[in-house]
Amino acid sequence: MTIRFEPRGEAPPWLSPVLTLAAVVVALAIGAVVLAFVGGDPIRTYLHIVDAAFGDIGVLSDTLVKATPLILTGLACALAFRMRLWNIGAEGQFLLGAWGASAVVLWPIVPAGTPAVVVIPAMMLAGAVAGAVWGLIPGVLKARLGVNEIITTLMLNYVALAWIQFWVFGPWSEGGFQQTVPFAREAWLPRLTDFADQFPLLAGLTTHLGLVFALVATAVMSVVVSRTRWGYEMRLIGDNARAARYAGIDIARYVIVVFAISGALAGLAGMSEVSGVVHRLQDRISPGYGFTAIIIAYLARLGPWRVVVASILFGALILAGREIQPSGVPAMIQGIIMFCLIAADVLVRYRIRLGGRVAATT
Amino acid sequence: MIDLTLILAAGVASGTILLFAAVGEIFAERAGVLNLGVEGMMLIGAVAGFSVAASTGDPWVGLVVAMLGGGLLSLVHAVITIHFRADQVISGLALTFLGTGLARVLGDGLSSAGAVATLPRFTVPVFADIPFMGPVLFREQSVLTYVGLLLVPLAWYWIDRTRPGLHLRAVGERPGAADAQGIGVVRLRYAYVLVGGLLAGLAGATITLAISPGWFGDQTVGGRGWIAIGLVIFAQWSPIRAALGAYLFGAIFRLILDLQGVPTILGVVNPFQAGRSATFFLEMLPYLFVIVVVIIGSREALRRRVGAPAALGIPYVRGERGA
Repeated sequence: MTIRFEPRGEAPPWLSPVLTLAAVVVALAIGAVVLAFVGGDPIRTYLHIVDAAFGDIGVLSDTLVKATPLILTGLACALAFRMRLWNIGAEGQFLLGAWGASAVVLWPIVPAGTPAVVVIPAMMLAGAVAGAVWGLIPGVLKARLGVNEIITTLMLNYVALAWIQFWVFGPWSEGGFQQTVPFAREAWLPRLTDFADQFPLLAGLTTHLGLVFALVATAVMSVVVSRTRWGYEMRLIGDNARAARYAGIDIARYVIVVFAISGALAGLAGMSEVSGVVHRLQDRISPGYGFTAIIIAYLARLGPWRVVVASILFGALILAGREIQPSGVPAMIQGIIMFCLIAADVLVRYRIRLGGRVAATT
Repeated sequence: MIDLTLILAAGVASGTILLFAAVGEIFAERAGVLNLGVEGMMLIGAVAGFSVAASTGDPWVGLVVAMLGGGLLSLVHAVITIHFRADQVISGLALTFLGTGLARVLGDGLSSAGAVATLPRFTVPVFADIPFMGPVLFREQSVLTYVGLLLVPLAWYWIDRTRPGLHLRAVGERPGAADAQGIGVVRLRYAYVLVGGLLAGLAGATITLAISPGWFGDQTVGGRGWIAIGLVIFAQWSPIRAALGAYLFGAIFRLILDLQGVPTILGVVNPFQAGRSATFFLEMLPYLFVIVVVIIGSREALRRRVGAPAALGIPYVRGERGA
């Protein structure tokens, strides 16, 4: 018996979302089998994830806190992937963004006591610029010298981590601990709980202004990519680089600009995390947001608003996953989800026929 | 004091890890399949080898299981990319995520200490007496180091000088023409992706069963799978250049470790001594070096118009243009 793949002309519009959903369900089922195999209780684990991530308004708020850096890094990846640029370096760009934002307070670039209306925008700018610089390195190398961006972005992740470690162990260390001193209140992004005086219902909710950055970035990106000439040309490069070149589009420039924007988005995520959540710089500031972002971008089929939805799901997984043993379960489930998505993609592109002889395809 | 012979010998030992992974990736890529899952496969090999060796007490059993683990994972990639024709980059990344997560789940509760019987070390008589090279290559090395030394010329000979090697290259360069010649493109691609997986599993086991026994989560491999992929580009898909690069990287890793151990260098206080924060600049070096090396490889590829196998990353569909 043979298995044949016949390309579909045009897949029905409902097929892709249905299969994406099915892929996630199948992935969770496979994850359950693996969990049971290593001696865990899959049903309790999953119920625990749902409860710990969506159980009440408080944990829901925590899920959104986790989703915030994922949305921004997810957008960073989705933008680069749209042009078929494999930016695997969102993790490093996130770290550099966190470092840049911290530098504003700790270097210090602005004097102590500067009001929040100055400090916060300065941190946003510094974070985005630091992330953009980190993205520009592989971007320029790719555009000018044809250097494989997968390798460079990945290596720069490790370099970025060592860079952060140098600062938190060395010049900015708080008494030899692996973290800096806490930021002054002016450098904290406002959280919902900060308004508990006027609205008692908000007490204890940690969702911060970074979520607004993420949603604004989502809105801007969805307009720019699908409704502007710049976005059109970028998509054209991604779909058909040769046609874009014949159309006279300067591909190298797009590569550099897209890498810079991608890095800036990831850098802003790092800023939002130090300023909105951690309030200091640490070396363990990211549980792999930049890597999860790759899966999120893929799960969202590179659509900005779908990135938001996917980020909330993965935010839940990361949040609840912190208490799950063994600790590798969330990472494993992420990997399985990604494989199921790839398999689902195949079903979107091809009709699978079992049996029969292989006809000469033309 | 820092002894050059010792550093090079240690470089050869730890370079063997990269060597296995890089040569495995060269096989897969020469057949036209890019597998970015090396890091994940190495982690599976590392954890499988270590835990099986720890529970059975026999490192050889661990080694075999490690290779099978890496091979099994690579077959997932093979099915997805060769049969389902999915994007090789995406599938390879997914493989790394899957391997990393799975390795962490399987490695949960394993001791980080090297409480496991390691593979034997021995000195090769006669060869060890060769001036300079003898002590570097043949004195008190792990048996796997010698396997690596044998693998490189064999891999080169296989790829460049034998008929099956010719078929391998044909499948990676002109799969359509290879298919017309009656060479089983799909079959060979599966086979060489599997070879890559087996070798990546071996590379992982080389860490936990020979070079630095112990399980330290994802840090056990610590990006060496990605370094191996960078090495393949630098090596222009040649096993011999890959081996030289691997040993060089091994020596750099070793030098970095040694540098952290000495209080002074040439009478000056060593800023990189363990515990000082400047150590982290030292830790960046291998990764920065990979970037440099990949730039060199890319420039060379541009200039000499050689480089990646022509069909690398492209699924083969019989009868389709460009195949």
